[in-house]
Amino acid sequence: VVWDTLGNRQFCSYKITTKTQNFCRNEYNLTGLCNRSSCPLANSQYATIREEKGRCYLYMKTIERAAFPRRLWERVLLSKNYEKALEEIDENLIYWPRFIRHKCKQRFTKITQYLIRIRKLTLKRQRKLVPLRRKIERREKRREEKALIAAQLDNAIEKELLERLKQDTYGDIYNFPIHAFDKALQQQDAESESESDAEKEDEDDEDMDKREFVEADDSDLSDFEDMDKLETSSEEEQEEEEEVEKKTSLSRSKGKSPLKGPARRKRPYIEIEYEEETEPTTKTKAT
Amino acid sequence: EKLAAKKKRRKEREALGDKAPPKAVPKTIENQREYDETTVDPNDEEVAFDEATDEFAPYFNRQTVPKILITTSDRPRGRTVRFCEQLSTVIPNSHVYYRRGLALKRIIPQCIARDFTDLIVINEDRKIPNGLLLSHLPDGPTAHFRMSSVRLRKEIKRKGKEPTEHVPEIILNNFTTRLGHSVGRMFASLFPHDPQFIGRQVATFHNQRDYIFFRFHRYIFKSEKKVGIQELGPRFTLKLRSLQKGTFDSKFGEYEWIHKRREMDTSRRKFHL
Repeated sequence: VVWDTLGNRQFCSYKITTKTQNFCRNEYNLTGLCNRSSCPLANSQYATIREEKGRCYLYMKTIERAAFPRRLWERVLLSKNYEKALEEIDENLIYWPRFIRHKCKQRFTKITQYLIRIRKLTLKRQRKLVPLRRKIERREKRREEKALIAAQLDNAIEKELLERLKQDTYGDIYNFPIHAFDKALQQQDAESESESDAEKEDEDDEDMDKREFVEADDSDLSDFEDMDKLETSSEEEQEEEEEVEKKTSLSRSKGKSPLKGPARRKRPYIEIEYEEETEPTTKTKAT
Repeated sequence: EKLAAKKKRRKEREALGDKAPPKAVPKTIENQREYDETTVDPNDEEVAFDEATDEFAPYFNRQTVPKILITTSDRPRGRTVRFCEQLSTVIPNSHVYYRRGLALKRIIPQCIARDFTDLIVINEDRKIPNGLLLSHLPDGPTAHFRMSSVRLRKEIKRKGKEPTEHVPEIILNNFTTRLGHSVGRMFASLFPHDPQFIGRQVATFHNQRDYIFFRFHRYIFKSEKKVGIQELGPRFTLKLRSLQKGTFDSKFGEYEWIHKRREMDTSRRKFHL
């Protein structure tokens, strides 16, 4: 009677139809489908397995209690042991139709399997999804762009490299002798120079990475000093002084001194500006 | 109104000629930056003492040689893999290992056993890398960054070749506060301490308004006053999200600094690094 009215003809609020199948949304439904045999409303003798907080219960509905909706569904706790629980289902549904018994056991099996899987997964690493906030993303992106423009990275890097060159961190590699000789001369002059050097060294320490540079600094400067002292030939000294004077004057006047030492071939796409070359040596990228 | 005032001022300046007052310095965000009390003073002894005794002291005293392990999150996509490879060419003495579903908590003791000093995990989302976790291994601080605008080597407009095996120099710019200092030291400890100047390569970590820009260049001195740089190697920007005291542990770790959006993002002129 119930099935004729609700189930197949008129409206059942638990029923969901899709293209191929009908589903039943009722929580006491044994399978998930809307069938004559698995509708909990249409069958007066019905049983289901439901689980709560990891424990499985067997729910049963009999005709005798049809008049008392509150006591309609009787609940039995099943044991945690799989086989024992199956036996319990059997003994509770002893004279019940085969279909319900079979489906109950199937459902119980499925439930236990997914509970096991849940327990395993919680032990492993779990991926936490953090939602992005669009407004914040846009704001961050904008700020980053502005920061990039403000940073002027190329200029900053070039300045830094020139600073390091001036402070002789590269030692002997680059033949821009003007700086070395300048430094040597000034070192011999006054203590103010050493003070400024000490300040520079402090700044170097500040810059977190230059402790080895500071040591190199000292050794190189001492090398140059030694060199100055060792050179006895006056000619060379005079030459050096002349060079130094020439270079300093030139640098002061022009701000760009011509290369005296071996001129190097730059990267292939930059032209060489200087014409006078004493010993042109080509330097390849590989070194 | 403003335009009118500007024009008037310019006319006055031209009228005065040489006696005009000097031009006003424009206000920039860097100029107006709110004073941060944790800014490091160059002569601060406490900071110097701290730095001599923190976890990076063995590195800066040259007792340890950095050895880096680079890995990703699960199932890295092509772009991330290529980025990892390029990163490993930039950082000397680094190895890339695939992470096949291994838990970080378990690989950390293994790394320590095999003498690694640093661990880098690049997190990926929708086929692009977007997060970087940098962990100094023998019980060192762990920094978690958000990574953005990653450019691989072939996307950078340049004409140079690959970076060679020389140890690059490092430039760390603008790390002013205590937090910035520790982050900067973390970056410095990735690279071996003695750069080979023959290689003429430089890796730059430039901090600007809490964004750390990483660039890798090759430089050449054309004269004393001019240097040319050519960009090679990948580039990316980082933003610090959190700094943890010990190695990576998301639940029980002791966080030294977390970026809290509601508190820290309120002012446009307040920066933390």
